[in-house]
Amino acid sequence: MQLVIVDTGCANISSVYFAFKRLGVDAGISRDAKVIKAADKVLLPGVGTAHNAMAKLQQAELTDTLQSLQQPLLGICLGMQLLTRHSMEGDVACLNLIPAEVLPMQSADLRLPHMGWNTLHSISEHPLMRGFSVTDYVYFVHSFAVAPDLHALALCHYGSDFAAVIGKDNVVGAQFHPERSGNTGARLLQNFLEWQL
Amino acid sequence: MLAKRLIPCLDVRDGKVVKGVQFRNHEIIGDIVPLAQRYAQAGADELVFYDITASSDGRVVDKSWVRRIAEVIDIPFCVAGGIKTVADAAKILEMGADKISVNSPALARPELINELNHHFGQQCVVVGIDSFFDVVSGQYQVYQFTGDESRTQKTQWLTRDWVAEVLKRGAGEIVLNCMNQDGVRQGYDIAQLKSIRDICTVPLIASGGAGTMAHFSDVFNQADVDGALAASVFHKGIIEIAALKAKLIADGISIRP
Repeated sequence: MQLVIVDTGCANISSVYFAFKRLGVDAGISRDAKVIKAADKVLLPGVGTAHNAMAKLQQAELTDTLQSLQQPLLGICLGMQLLTRHSMEGDVACLNLIPAEVLPMQSADLRLPHMGWNTLHSISEHPLMRGFSVTDYVYFVHSFAVAPDLHALALCHYGSDFAAVIGKDNVVGAQFHPERSGNTGARLLQNFLEWQL
Repeated sequence: MLAKRLIPCLDVRDGKVVKGVQFRNHEIIGDIVPLAQRYAQAGADELVFYDITASSDGRVVDKSWVRRIAEVIDIPFCVAGGIKTVADAAKILEMGADKISVNSPALARPELINELNHHFGQQCVVVGIDSFFDVVSGQYQVYQFTGDESRTQKTQWLTRDWVAEVLKRGAGEIVLNCMNQDGVRQGYDIAQLKSIRDICTVPLIASGGAGTMAHFSDVFNQADVDGALAASVFHKGIIEIAALKAKLIADGISIRP
């Protein structure tokens, strides 16, 4: 199986690469549309701001490629936010693969960024969430989030509920960092590797 | 519910983990990668690596150990020490660190915080602050170059003012190291942390003074910090992370088991 990590020039590419390596998968890292299209599975990492990340995808002429993928695509953190229609962070149009909106977090009086280990709830039956329970902790670092909607596969609560995992058709995304979430995070990556459409 | 974080801090000198008392007399604790791995497996929520020589002797420091850590560690980690420019930070983040922490270079050139925020986002930017209580003036003051005793110096900043300044410039997290408490294991400086907590709108990490499990309980309950950092109690096996977590959970503190 060929897994390709889209080389967004973002910071967490090595962490994501190493996380798959620990699962026995030697992923490619590429910004070549042909390589990405030919992959069995594609991973979109991301750290930084939506505005910069979209600009980088556009520079590399990758937006059409990502939008036309038929194989499983997983976005992580900012990479997940890029899968949506629009991000309020810099008011930027995103890939529009999942009809959702990225908004500033409504954390009530809780501190932002939402940084640290938190639990999930309303976990769906989607293959990506196999083996997850409400007692599992995963690692988040973000100030913007997708509101809970039809496409949420799991929610997290921090002041208010937001979508921790989203999915539609071949496209899924995790707001938390599976590559930094210990065994629980590794489970999500393993589920992605095993996911058959 | 968001868990409070337990953060072993590994002071690094020439790729080895060291620990001193009140920033002095460093002794070698062990090799960095196996130690990091051991802490991750033991249940640490995050790790911080301080390259303590970097800021104070001005040389180019070999940071290749960052990549070796990223290969084996599946929890977040932050690298501090000698990061003076956006390019320095980019290199460390590319090697797989999740956050970078700046201290002395931010005091020398506060715009560094704005630049790091702009390039990498607020979530990557931690500001470490070494704060010392001056008995004569009755004030907490910020110190610089604390990795090297001969160069350690008081800055113009009162700790409260510097905290406000770094927040304004876009820090995403603050690690407040209470120097009077560092390495002596007499408990965190609750009074100071509480007073900084009131003005700190981003995650605040307590550092300096952990000696017993009760000290962790106290700092979470009384100063409402987001995380507690400690070194010697973990390195010397005085406190086991699993036992500490069990106690904190029993004390009603939100902790990742």
